[in-house]
Amino acid sequence: MDVLTFFQQMVNGFSLGSMYALIAIGYTMVYGVLRLINFAHGDIMMVGAFLGYTFMEVFQLPFTLSILLAVVVSSLLGIFMDKIAYKPLREAPKISLLITAIGISFFLENAFTVFAGGVPRAFPVPSYMENVINVANITFSVSSITVPLVTLVLLLGILYVLYKTKYGMAIRALSFDIKTVNLMGIDANLIISIVFALGSALAAVGGLFWAINYPSVEPMMGVLVGLKAFAAAVVGGIGSVTGAVIGGFIIGFTEVVVIAFFPELGGYKDAFAFVFLILVLLFKPTGIMGEDLEKSRF
Amino acid sequence: MVENQIFTKHRLINLFIIVLAIWFTWFAQNFFDEYTVRVINNVAIFIILAVSYNLINGVTGQFSLEPNGFVAIGAYVTAILTVDAEGMLYQYDIEEPAQWILALQTDFFWALLIAGAFSALLALSLSFPVFRVRGDYLAIVTLGFGFIIRILAINSPSITNGSLGINDIPEYSNLYWTGGFAIFAVLAILNIIYSKYGRAMKAVRDDEDAAIAMGVNTFKIKTLAFTTSAFFEGIGGGLLAALLTSISPDLFTFFLTFQLLIIIVLGGLGSTTGAILGTIFVMAGLEWMRFLDEPMNIFGFQTEGTPGMRMVVFSLILIIVMLFAREGLMGKKELKDLFKKKKVNK
Repeated sequence: MDVLTFFQQMVNGFSLGSMYALIAIGYTMVYGVLRLINFAHGDIMMVGAFLGYTFMEVFQLPFTLSILLAVVVSSLLGIFMDKIAYKPLREAPKISLLITAIGISFFLENAFTVFAGGVPRAFPVPSYMENVINVANITFSVSSITVPLVTLVLLLGILYVLYKTKYGMAIRALSFDIKTVNLMGIDANLIISIVFALGSALAAVGGLFWAINYPSVEPMMGVLVGLKAFAAAVVGGIGSVTGAVIGGFIIGFTEVVVIAFFPELGGYKDAFAFVFLILVLLFKPTGIMGEDLEKSRF
Repeated sequence: MVENQIFTKHRLINLFIIVLAIWFTWFAQNFFDEYTVRVINNVAIFIILAVSYNLINGVTGQFSLEPNGFVAIGAYVTAILTVDAEGMLYQYDIEEPAQWILALQTDFFWALLIAGAFSALLALSLSFPVFRVRGDYLAIVTLGFGFIIRILAINSPSITNGSLGINDIPEYSNLYWTGGFAIFAVLAILNIIYSKYGRAMKAVRDDEDAAIAMGVNTFKIKTLAFTTSAFFEGIGGGLLAALLTSISPDLFTFFLTFQLLIIIVLGGLGSTTGAILGTIFVMAGLEWMRFLDEPMNIFGFQTEGTPGMRMVVFSLILIIVMLFAREGLMGKKELKDLFKKKKVNK
């Protein structure tokens, strides 16, 4: 393998990893505050991509505006989902929450299959995103540069919100102890809504980027990506945003690099994330940046 | 003491139900039409799957999402053991079937047992990594295993014929097989639940740390539940393969697990009676709801057929049950609890 291919693969890995990271953050934040694996998160990603498609194709809005609208609507959907399905179950056993999440996931997938059809639709990527730049003989499409860059900005932004703002402090406090936070005069439900809004917005961005990179949208697109992103969140240590980012990049890079070096393993591509997950959990049951198991509320 | 009498009220009721079930099996096989028999076959197989999934998920409280993997193992093992060499050479299109695969051939009964044993062995070896983690982590790890098994089935074309799957499996399953195994599975699992192991399983479900403190070897108990349920899921998979006569990796997606989850949640997590009732309701409901997928005439408006509408309604039902009737039909109660005079709250 020559240097050029190597760099090309690095860029691909970076791009894929950043998309996983974007989605993994949503999982990890919801898990942090509610201790819930939000199985519907991958489907929010799909909804985001579909909304972008709808705004562009049906309403003929410009690309950037469509993406912004799609992100806003997705984050509203995230809040709505919490209010309808998770909020009534705050005091219920966790298994009820988990089953509800699976129910919502299947509802979104099937509802979109019914109303949009199961056939993949071509995602209208504007032509300037497909222009090719040549840097030192390595060729990049504009999108393969834009996607990781925007992701990086968003990741830094979310870390800023979490660690430098009042709301971020409230979110982190909530992940430690939901009852005490209520006593401190913080509206826990408001903070949970913010978490769902932020997480869903990031998932929608991830879905839109996914649709740009593999230009098609279909109702089941979120299932596998969502599961892999969740695996990434667990590998990184669920509950930790930095961990989710690290996990996302690890999973993304492994997928790209292993296939680049061992093309015969291509058929197993989708299983890497889970094999990785199981290996990590064997040695460190709470992931790389994970919380202490003693402290966790199982 | 009640325990010392041979014919207690509960035992007589149980005996009556068993005899009734056997009679129903015979009657249905001989007098019902083909479509009904097929639906009942399906229900019987799903009863096996549901009660065994309920053992690990409801009784032991380990939220695992793996049954699709074990059902797939059982189905593939049975298919490989019952399809003869000639049939395999004829249909394996992606790669030549491996030599040792061609040599394997047994009776249906042994094929089923081997399928169950294979699945149980896999569960036994999986339990070492899987039960290192608890709670939500367990859900995602087991889900990962189910996924990996499917990927392996797709990527070993010399054994499984890859994504094409195995066809022309001899159609052995009839109501004697499915009904017989369903009765056997229910009895075996009820016996486990009412043994000291069953009590330990419930202890693990209710408070794992307290169970450890009381001297319960929780790993052993979880492994026992996991392995037993895998055994029956393997057999159920084998019966399913011999009923459908053709299997492919697409049959064993997460949807299968989801279906079983709905069944046991609707019936009441932890109740075997609930799992059986849940199976009957869900399977009959799914058959009945087929009209949703077909073109409909609503107040004069002709709608087009919408494949998948059934699943939308189905997932809505699950969410509504979870929100408003969390305990399901039976809660944790069993049939015999319904005959008790006082209300018991377990």
